[in-house]
Amino acid sequence: MKLMEYQGKDLFRRVGIPTPSGVFATTADDVKTFIAEHPGSWVLKSQVMMGGRGKAGGIKFADTPDEGETLAKELIGKHLVSIQNPDGETVKSLLVEEKVAIESEAYVSITIDRDAKKPVIIVSAKGGMDVEEVAEHDPDAIVKYWVDPAIGFSPFMARELFFAAKLPAGYGKTFPKILAGLYTMFMEYGANLVEINPLVLTKDGKVIASDAKVDLDDNGLFKHPDVQAWNKATPSDEDQEAALAIGLGMFNYKKFADEAGAPPKSVGTIANGAGLGMGTMDAVKNAGGGAANFLDIGGGAQAELVKKSYNLVTSDPRVKSMFINIFGGITRGDQVALGIVEALKGGDVRQVPLVIRLTGTNADEGRKILADAGFFPVETMDEGAAKAVALANGSN
Amino acid sequence: MAIFLDKNSKVIVQGITGREGLFHTNKMLAYGTNIVGGVTPGKGGTTIESGQPVFNTVKDAVDATGATHSIILVPPFAGADALYEAYEAGIKLAVCITEGIPVHEMLKVVATTFGMRIIGPNCPGLISPGKSLMGIMPSQVFKEGNVGMISRSGTLTYEIVDGLSRAGFGQSTCIGIGGDTIIGTTFVDCLREFANDPETHAVVVAGEIGGASEEEAAAFVAEHLPNKPVVAFIGGRSAPKGARLGHAGAIISGNFGTPESKVKAFLEAGVPVADKPSDIPGLLAERLKPAAV
Repeated sequence: MKLMEYQGKDLFRRVGIPTPSGVFATTADDVKTFIAEHPGSWVLKSQVMMGGRGKAGGIKFADTPDEGETLAKELIGKHLVSIQNPDGETVKSLLVEEKVAIESEAYVSITIDRDAKKPVIIVSAKGGMDVEEVAEHDPDAIVKYWVDPAIGFSPFMARELFFAAKLPAGYGKTFPKILAGLYTMFMEYGANLVEINPLVLTKDGKVIASDAKVDLDDNGLFKHPDVQAWNKATPSDEDQEAALAIGLGMFNYKKFADEAGAPPKSVGTIANGAGLGMGTMDAVKNAGGGAANFLDIGGGAQAELVKKSYNLVTSDPRVKSMFINIFGGITRGDQVALGIVEALKGGDVRQVPLVIRLTGTNADEGRKILADAGFFPVETMDEGAAKAVALANGSN
Repeated sequence: MAIFLDKNSKVIVQGITGREGLFHTNKMLAYGTNIVGGVTPGKGGTTIESGQPVFNTVKDAVDATGATHSIILVPPFAGADALYEAYEAGIKLAVCITEGIPVHEMLKVVATTFGMRIIGPNCPGLISPGKSLMGIMPSQVFKEGNVGMISRSGTLTYEIVDGLSRAGFGQSTCIGIGGDTIIGTTFVDCLREFANDPETHAVVVAGEIGGASEEEAAAFVAEHLPNKPVVAFIGGRSAPKGARLGHAGAIISGNFGTPESKVKAFLEAGVPVADKPSDIPGLLAERLKPAAV
């Protein structure tokens, strides 16, 4: 679960990492009232998940209540588009923060190195810019420390990183405390990523987390019900919402955008298991077509879920044919067949030409159910993909 | 011979009386797995229908049965605890089927349970066909033979194995290593065992996008398996960057974990990469003669 900046900073404060003072606002009135009560220079930061927010015009500066109101009206409801996120994102809320006088900007993050099986702390004196760009053009400016989870964080790690990254002296005293807090947060809240970019050293010598990028492991959310509840308040990814709405895991449905020069994304796919799902969309590509989506119905799917999944995939108007690829293990072929027949019964369903491949547990029962309803499953994945692509292209 | 698991391996089931636990225990017993007991706290002293004793703790089960292997079928919140309990009781190999264990708990588990081999979590388990099954795979698609198989996925494994079996390539051991970010046993760990197993004549490695474990596997093959044919497959090659597809590990971020880098690594190691699962038996046949089934 990705967090908005204001939510990430909430967690920062819980572990003792200083953040700029400010307020979360959803209306221009809130902004006006806040600045009237707290005179000074304020930054209005659009709360969106996408990167490149500043360049897209999502950050404004206000010195008076009226200015704050005008800019807030401009920002809330605005559709921001950036290079990183060409689809864009609509601003629904703002974080109003004190403008800090910047002496220096650093980069700090902790993420999981899956191959080392350890958390890795990443530090750079070149904060405030895209870290991937820094890594590409100036790899020596980035230093890393792999933490042994059995030991956990210890202050010497911060000292090693501080000297290796050549951070300005002003960071020295507070840096171990900030990293200790960040590591605690990383482990306690189960983060895939915690990133402070920039970690600002102010003109008056304070160290403050000026931005927050946090991605939490969904499997660990149950330990923090208050944080889990944020998910409902935050508009997340459209595909993830759609998947959750029908009872799938949030990463079990993904729609693919059209690509220039590639075949149209016109074949809907459903498979059981993520690996087979990926194999199925690859098979569609191998057959000269384009999968419109990836949908993994998971293990042990019942008829009702199959029906809902069918409807979700066909809700994409680009889908001209559908390939359902089931290798029964825990998932039973008869249940899948019942779901397909059920899905196509109602008149309210958008029907597309359908190719079904069914094998494994209870496949014979499933094939009989399908045959009785007028469907004829194919034998192999390759055959199914080829047929689905041909049907999407309007031939048999 | 096979790797990790043979017909004499003494297996217990953690979570044996649960719905999933009992269902799969019966399937494993039917396959011939030497299940010597199981654990469900509070049900110690009873037996399941087929007669295997149930214990309150893993320690009790190990003391009474001499079990060395444990398959874990417990809810996600209890997964890490179950692995620690197995480790402390002296279990040598634990297969963790459980999906949804918090990744930070697994970070600590793999950093502290030295000497216990963990397969998974979030995996279909392992099978040495004709000998023993510790997992939830549909056993009918597997056949005894001499091809080792390692995969990050479940259903894709069945797809590939089905093709192998139909083409006359039986398997020595098949391992689903799991799709999570942090897993106990990697491709390289399995390849090291297969390299030393005289009954494994060739190995199929079924990887997918994300991470660098396929690249590591390729480097290992080049150095340590000069005389055993290896064939690879990479799932998700048509996935766009940044799309996480089901498995936590299956995501391409930046230039990391791309199919191009994985295919290149395998080819440079002399390992052919099948474009699709159905091409795998053909690539094997060029390097091995199928045994009569």
